[in-house]
Amino acid sequence: MRYIARKLAHTVFVAFGVVTLVFAALRMSGDPAATMLPGDASVEELRDLRHALGLDQPLHVQYVKFLASAVTGDFGTSLRHQEPAMTLVLERLPATLELAFAALFLSVAIGLPLGIVAALHRGRLADMMAMAFAVVGQATPYFWMGIMLILIFAVELRWLPTSGRGGIERLILPAVTLGTHFMAVLARLTRTSMLEVLGQNYVTTARAKGLAERAVILVHALKNAAVPVVTLIGLQFGTLLGGAVVTETIFAWPGVGRLAVQSIFVRDYPVVQAGVFVLALSFVAINLLVDLLYGWLDPRTRTAEAG
Amino acid sequence: MTGRRRALLLLLLPLIPVLAAILAATLAPWVAPHSPTASRLSARLTPPAWQGQGTVAQLFGTDLLGRDVLSRLIWGARISLLIALAATILGAAVGSLLGLVTGYYRGRVDRVVTKLIDVQLAFPFVLLAIAVIAVAGPSIPVLVVVLAIGSWVGHARIVRGLVLGLREREYVQAAKALGAGTPRVIFRHLLPEVLSVILVLATFDVGRIIILESTLSFLGLGVQPPTPSWGSDLRDAAAYVRQAWWIAAFPGLAIMIVVLGVNLVGDVLRDILDPRTVPATRQA
Repeated sequence: MRYIARKLAHTVFVAFGVVTLVFAALRMSGDPAATMLPGDASVEELRDLRHALGLDQPLHVQYVKFLASAVTGDFGTSLRHQEPAMTLVLERLPATLELAFAALFLSVAIGLPLGIVAALHRGRLADMMAMAFAVVGQATPYFWMGIMLILIFAVELRWLPTSGRGGIERLILPAVTLGTHFMAVLARLTRTSMLEVLGQNYVTTARAKGLAERAVILVHALKNAAVPVVTLIGLQFGTLLGGAVVTETIFAWPGVGRLAVQSIFVRDYPVVQAGVFVLALSFVAINLLVDLLYGWLDPRTRTAEAG
Repeated sequence: MTGRRRALLLLLLPLIPVLAAILAATLAPWVAPHSPTASRLSARLTPPAWQGQGTVAQLFGTDLLGRDVLSRLIWGARISLLIALAATILGAAVGSLLGLVTGYYRGRVDRVVTKLIDVQLAFPFVLLAIAVIAVAGPSIPVLVVVLAIGSWVGHARIVRGLVLGLREREYVQAAKALGAGTPRVIFRHLLPEVLSVILVLATFDVGRIIILESTLSFLGLGVQPPTPSWGSDLRDAAAYVRQAWWIAAFPGLAIMIVVLGVNLVGDVLRDILDPRTVPATRQA
């Protein structure tokens, strides 16, 4: 229980820090009012907008107000849609999470076995092919992967649709686009982690006991190799959410990331704010879950950090 | 093949695309067959030389405005590499300095910086970039600073960890006992010890940053047209992929091959200089 309480406290601190960072990024990199108005706006218009947004108040007052709006989830009204910014973002959150989890599922379902197979066939053809895939996958930007998938599977082969949400066939290309990079990273790490574990005494012992090779690998090796892998999954989930921004843009996927990027171009500032805030907080929440899972997988971490 | 020849080959092979990109970037005005911005609407969307109406003069075809794709690739290398290099150096310098100082002094500065690192790691980088660029507006200096913000954390964390161990070593204690001032201890005694790790980290950063820069430019938040950049050229290409595969394929291939080369060079450097302390590459 103390472990959970400590992790919760840490999460609250990080969430607080994330809010502060959003505030700093949005307020200190320029004047939002000047960015929002067209170039020929008058000084009066600028002053009125600054007043409406509360930008004419001292920075610490703005900060406290920002914290309050973060807690209540009220980031103001979208200038474009005339709806609360938070409502717009939350409407699109399920789409983003669906995409991110589909990509996560795909990368774990393929990346993990790929890493295991590579480790078990170290130095042979299967290993080399898996690692070649991993190295290339890591060097390919999401957006280009998306464009190439559209070119091959939608334009040339006409197998799959390229845009929108709904039905599994519309999820496949975006999920592959978003998942491939992580799949590659995961395959590499799983391979390294498995190779390390397979050399340990307890694996030799398990084999010496006469356990079936399947049991040795699945029960003894994999559970121990899983610790760094689970940590990576947590850390990389933020990367997936960031990549979702790009993927959504390519596939016209109606998620938070696409909304946030579009809002930048129409200078819909409250929506940008709410979108960045919600995505960052989702990542913090996922990391908490991973930390708790980590404590369950590796009981040592529960006591090691206690001191 | 002997081990050493194999190792040499492993280092030289990935260096080829990296050197090619560097050459293209430095020699762009002389090696590019055409101007990267001269448009010829009558020749728009000409396919590459080996396809249909393609001509050898426009080896990789032309884009939407009739500009030569190959020339834009070559000039794009200049922009992409310059930004990546500038951001990598800025991030590595700030991060390493903070790592050296916090690891050596510990205390309150250390606690503040460590917390800051924790918070930033809990923040998907693309989102941070979006927040900053939404307000500051897209431009190359903003882009360099934002990308450096994305990379200082890795340096700070790892250098700090190394310095925490080094500061207790006898030679550091001896230097202090002999009256060496703090800057002298940090730059003469600690920095040389961690330099190889910084170098390996920075190499991986270059690859990561090339991808991030092209991603932001692709989203319209980075390099702005008509300046040629691999990422922003792909922005148009995505919309016209049905009509013209070549404007989408080549800039992406360029990014992929160069990043692949840089990462493999990083792998080899890591194996040579420091097999254990540097973590695997990450794309944020």
